[in-house]
Parts: sequence; C-alpha cells; structure tokens
Amino acid sequence: MSASDSRELRIVGFLCNWCSYGGADTAGVARFAQPTDLRIIRVPCSGRIDPLFIVRALVNGADGVLVSGCHPRDCHYAEGNFYARRRLETLKRFLDATGIDPARFEYTWVSASEGQRWQHVVTEFTRRIHALGPAPLLRHVSDGAWFDAAAPAAAGPACPCHG
Amino acid sequence: MVEALKTAIAERLADLEMVIGWEMGFDALHATPLFIREEGDLHRLTLGPLAVHNLATYLPGLKGKKVGVVVKGCDSRSVIQLANEGLIKREDITVFGLCCDGVISHRKLREALPADLGFVEQATWHSDRLQAVVAGHAVEVRLQDILADKCISCRYPNALAADVLVGAARTPAPQPVPCQDAFDALPQAEKLAFWEATMARCIRCYACRNACPLCVCRDHCIATTRDPLWLGQENSPAENFMFQMIHVLHLAGRCTECGECERSCPVDIPLLLLRRSMNRVTEELFDYQAGTTPGQTPPLLTFQVEEARINERGW
Repeated sequence: MSASDSRELRIVGFLCNWCSYGGADTAGVARFAQPTDLRIIRVPCSGRIDPLFIVRALVNGADGVLVSGCHPRDCHYAEGNFYARRRLETLKRFLDATGIDPARFEYTWVSASEGQRWQHVVTEFTRRIHALGPAPLLRHVSDGAWFDAAAPAAAGPACPCHG
Repeated sequence: MVEALKTAIAERLADLEMVIGWEMGFDALHATPLFIREEGDLHRLTLGPLAVHNLATYLPGLKGKKVGVVVKGCDSRSVIQLANEGLIKREDITVFGLCCDGVISHRKLREALPADLGFVEQATWHSDRLQAVVAGHAVEVRLQDILADKCISCRYPNALAADVLVGAARTPAPQPVPCQDAFDALPQAEKLAFWEATMARCIRCYACRNACPLCVCRDHCIATTRDPLWLGQENSPAENFMFQMIHVLHLAGRCTECGECERSCPVDIPLLLLRRSMNRVTEELFDYQAGTTPGQTPPLLTFQVEEARINERGW
C-alpha cells in the first residue's frame, strides 16, 4: 500500500537495532500494511546518529528523514538515546534557519514490541511528506558565474578588471 | 588603557613564554596579531576598534606552554569554552581582559569609504570617530556606523574570568541585529533560496574554519578527509552548504559568537546568521551560553533523564 496514489517519495529512516528496527520487523511479521516510501538504515543505537547524517540525506535529495530509537530510559546501552534526544531536538529546531522545512525531519521512539505504533508512525510521516511534496534541492552543479569569474582571473594581469 | 595593559604584561612577562596581543598592521586601518616575547616588543602593542582578531584561536596550538593572551569580552568566552572542553589548560593561560567598546567591521568600513580600503593614505581615531584620507578625499566615519554586528548584540563587553582586567567596565546594551531580523522574517523557501545564492559564492577556502577558535580538529577535519568522505571536491551550492552545516553542527552548544568566521570570509558570506540561529536554539533548550561559566559542561556532552524543555515526542 502506498500512502497516496502519487509517485513514491524518498524517505530515509535511521532505526536503532534494538528497538525500532525490531518494531518495524514486528510490524512486518504481523503483516501490517505500510507505505513503501521509507528506506531503512539500521544503526546500532540512536546515539550513533550524527545529526549530519540527517542533513547529508536532506541535502542529497531525501524528501524526508525519520529517526527512531528506543524509548528514553529503555536504551540498550543505557544512555545512548538521552544524548540522541538532545542532538535531534537541537537539529530539529535549527533546521528552520537553513531553509529546509523542519517538518521533513522527525524523530520518535518505538520499542520492539510496538508493531502497531510503528505502522502508525510510518503511515503518518509518509502522509506528511506526501503533503509537503518533493523537497526543493540545492543545486549540485557549480554556478556559471563562478566559471565566468574564474576565466578572467586565470588570465592574470590581462584580465579586463586590471585595465 | 593601553598603558595600564603594558604595565600588567611587563609584570608577568618573565613567567610567560609569550603574550599575544595586537599591533598596527600593514596600513592605518588594519591591526595584526603581535607575539610579545620580550619587553622590547611591548611598545608595538595597540588596542582599540581595529583589534578585531580573536587571539584565543592560537591557544589550542600552544597547549602545554605558559602563554598570556589579551582578550575582549567575546574572546574571553572562547578561552573559557576551550578550557571547559579540556582543549587548553586554564592554569597555563594568563588572561589579560579588556572592557571593550566594540570593534569595526572592515566590510562596513569599505562600504562607508569612497574608495577601496587599499587607497587609505592616513587614518586617525578621535574617540569614536575615524578621520581618514582616502584617495585624496578627507572622510569622517562614526564608529557606531561601522561597528561589527557582533558588537551591536554584545552581551559581554567586559572580559569574563580574566586574571587582569583593564579599563572601566561597561554596561552591556545589546540591540537586535538588523540583518538577523530581516533573515528571520524570510519565509522558509526564501531562506533556502538565500543560502543557495549565497553559497554559490563560497570558494571553500576554509578560512572560516581556520579562524574559528573552537575548530580544533586541524588535519582531521571531516570536511577534508577522504575516509570518511563527507564532502566531494565539487564547488556547488549544495556541497558548500553542507560544509557550513558541518561547521555549525560541530559548534552546536560550543560557539561563542566571536564572529571570526564571518570576519575572515573573503566573499562576505553572513555566516553569523547560522551561528546566531543555532545559539538561540541551545539557549532556549538548555539555557546555555557557551563560554560564560567556567567549569560548565557543554549541553550536547551531557543529558538529563527528564529534559525540562524537550517534549517527549508522542505520536
């Protein structure tokens, strides 16, 4: 099932090995219908997630990024998600200044037994990203103006601006 | 003020390998860092609105040596932050603090003068006015018109945790920065368009990184390592933007807003817009201002089991 009839978007999910990845597995084993836009990357712990992973995904063309880990106080490594929570919240609030819509990034906590909750999270988030549509992309090619400036600069003193 | 500072440095110079201050640079409108190793160097020391550099940037590279450093209010925060993170040993550093009246922005000065800065023939300060002769024209500029943006919003004009404090303490009078307010008012899509246009100018010279007092990775900076390869070599708005994201996120909860990144940028990218936005976030989330309290742990290196200001995100 896709969240809507429109074309599939690219959503990257960073899931911790111990809870959310298990939760997604539980949802799959229970055969809960889920949208197929999400590509899951399994990480050892939500504390492993560098906020730059999320920014890199968004800059490289992901339409949404979903991070999910163990519930706070339930981390396999005792305190990984406490650090993650601070980092992720900081990034979420900062994104506005970058011009990237903060709604394209979400983080949540899903345990291994919460298959139903996982289905809910994925469906809701995918619906939200579809409502936002494909993400506007920063250009990945160099500006023509840069080459326009580089060519005369390479000419050295023969450059017209030295005249 | 400068005489009092010279006396204070002369008293302590014997115990120190060097004291870092400022001297006049290649023309009347530029100061340059001065490394005072003996009393004979002291007469070159200068202070005032041209002393723009944050000299704390040198300290991590001099770790293990007994060094003195002259700091403005904003620079003193960098010293405190470096010490809090164990990047320098506070007991090795002698801090000569100033009560700062603000420094100039060379970009604003350039805009205020009729010709390029290189054509300045002479320049003298008369309290808060600069009288200069530029390409044959006499001009007068008020300091408040060419004050750096960071000085407009300055909350800490007096050096914090200084071993020697010189000058009369000023009362901080922070004002909103006009360019930040204009940026904040932009709609989301226009912010992205703004960064795309601005980052197209970036030549990835890494001056912002090298000038940053808290960027201490040097040869291990992930922007230039090939393994992991975080950034390609291409010079595109997206990659340049990504580099700035690395810088901002690595300084989350550490940036002391000294403005060195923006000052050192050769293509005038307003980098402080990002830094200020990030600092607002860490202040509202963790009630934390980097480098204002000695001994404090940066917010992202610690946690609370129950976060006071983070909503447990329920779905």
